[in-house]
Amino acid sequence: MDVPSRESVAPAAVRPQVGAWERLRASWSVRLGGGVLAVLVLVALAAPWLGTVDPTLFDAASRDLRPMETGEITTLDGDVLQHKFWMGSDSFGRDIYSRVVYGTRVSLLVGTASALVALAFGILFGLCAGYLRRLDGPFMRVMDGLMAIPPILLAIALVAIWRASLGTVVVAIAIPEIPRVARLVRSLVLTIREEPYVEAAVALGTPTPKIMFGHILPNTIAPLLVQGTYICAAAILVEAILSFLGVGLPPDIPTWGNIMAEGRVQFIAYPHNVFFPGVFLAVTVLAVNMLGDGLRDTLDPRMARRL
Amino acid sequence: MTAFIVRRLTATLPVLLVVAVFVFLMLRLTPGDPAAILAGDAASAEQIERIRASLGLDRSILAQFGIWFGNLLAGDLGESFYFKMKVTELIGQRLEPTLALATLTIAIAVLVAVPLGVVAAWRFGGWFDRALMGFSVLGFSVPVFVLAYILIYVVSLKLGWLPVQGYHRLADGFWPFLAHLILPAITLSVIYIALIARVTRASVLEALGEDYIRTARAKGLSELRVVVRHALANAAVPIATVIGIGVALLIGGVVVTESVYAIPGLGRLTVDAVLARDFPTIQGVILFFSFAYVLINLIVDLSYVFFDPRIRY
Repeated sequence: MDVPSRESVAPAAVRPQVGAWERLRASWSVRLGGGVLAVLVLVALAAPWLGTVDPTLFDAASRDLRPMETGEITTLDGDVLQHKFWMGSDSFGRDIYSRVVYGTRVSLLVGTASALVALAFGILFGLCAGYLRRLDGPFMRVMDGLMAIPPILLAIALVAIWRASLGTVVVAIAIPEIPRVARLVRSLVLTIREEPYVEAAVALGTPTPKIMFGHILPNTIAPLLVQGTYICAAAILVEAILSFLGVGLPPDIPTWGNIMAEGRVQFIAYPHNVFFPGVFLAVTVLAVNMLGDGLRDTLDPRMARRL
Repeated sequence: MTAFIVRRLTATLPVLLVVAVFVFLMLRLTPGDPAAILAGDAASAEQIERIRASLGLDRSILAQFGIWFGNLLAGDLGESFYFKMKVTELIGQRLEPTLALATLTIAIAVLVAVPLGVVAAWRFGGWFDRALMGFSVLGFSVPVFVLAYILIYVVSLKLGWLPVQGYHRLADGFWPFLAHLILPAITLSVIYIALIARVTRASVLEALGEDYIRTARAKGLSELRVVVRHALANAAVPIATVIGIGVALLIGGVVVTESVYAIPGLGRLTVDAVLARDFPTIQGVILFFSFAYVLINLIVDLSYVFFDPRIRY
């Protein structure tokens, strides 16, 4: 099936030119997206010191508090603390604010790890298909078939089979993205392999793996960086969807999707359980997408013109 | 044309075969006894033995695939232990809501996104263009279930205009049917609108830079006629393509939307099957959705002829 997609529109092999860093800093969508993301990373790292309690703590006396109400919470040692529930509490009496803040860790971790896994395998397959022509046909047929399965469906099925843990969720989210990366890398390799410096390397008898990874790969970095950012955004969304549907990470792990899944049952009475994690999720994905758009516009102008 | 359709159909066969192999392998590469997994947690020893025999699990993996693929070609997707019926029957039962939701969503998305994209391209760089591009990034970023809850909260709970959840069959009356579908379809269409509007804008923009547009303007055609008859008509092929590709997004969205709005369609079935670890149903739904996706893109390919008379097959 010949499915052209956002990423398979073969962009030119664009290298980050001199001054790329300056142009990146001048782009307002890089600055805004990157800035918000930096704040979120800090929030994730500093989670224990941001007025949070252990996100798994609960207290039957503090069930279903509305935002800004004060209640008590029992620590693991049995001490009872007075605690202000900035974002209210859920039906177990857990602090939504603490859970949302700790959820940032899971989302950023899953997003980054999924993007890295998808890039690693996509680069490997794409380089092989693009440079070792004999592998091209079979490799790309398999990739086409994999692309015909809607991504979320594939991730859901894989998680169902493997049973959800951090590792399986990351791999399940990454697998549907691999063919998209492989297609992009392959299309880049097909143009780069005709460049004089590759010909020169071949003529000098450079070993094939060195040509593939030393000469060709470095020239695909800019489009891959853009693609990796988009995968990260998509992965954060898919992780939340998996958790929300109840097939993702176990419910005791505070993820935004899990908080919403827990809160949806009594959404009509207590909408805050769904809205706060929802807002964090939307802002995070928006920031990553904006960073991606900014990177694309500055590093990859030919692709930028098309979309 | 016939020759092309035949050629195009044969080209999709390898893709479908890879999908089938993948769905087959998914279960075989899982640690554990496939017969026990397929039979479900509550199965008796005889039930597991019966499944083992019928799938030929004591034979080689190739023979197993042969049996499984033969059944697939005969339209037999196995039996769901959870729903206690044939998977094909189950899919048939759940088809109507999903089909209705998807059709309405595509209709809304195309009717909204194409005009938006055209206007943005026509007023390239203006406030409308920038607003649309901003909206489209937002549309890609707001998760479908967050949007669903915002809409339920505002439209159903605060304004009371539409029902909160549920589904009414078309046979039980058109208005209740439509009223229950409007919110889910709007929810689902947002990301699709973002995608189609972006591509419409980009391809109309490209067409507007062509010489024939200058010619059309020079001979005094009205701006509307230039943009619609000349630019949009020439941008139709990429737009049709992205509508086809977007179906993958749509299918993913259907799974989530049907869960939020309690619509008993194929998406809801997928989630129920996964929660019950009902593998025959999971396999069946994946095969069904993937085949539908491939088929829709095949139809899109064939539709190029109508959009672009230069394309002859």
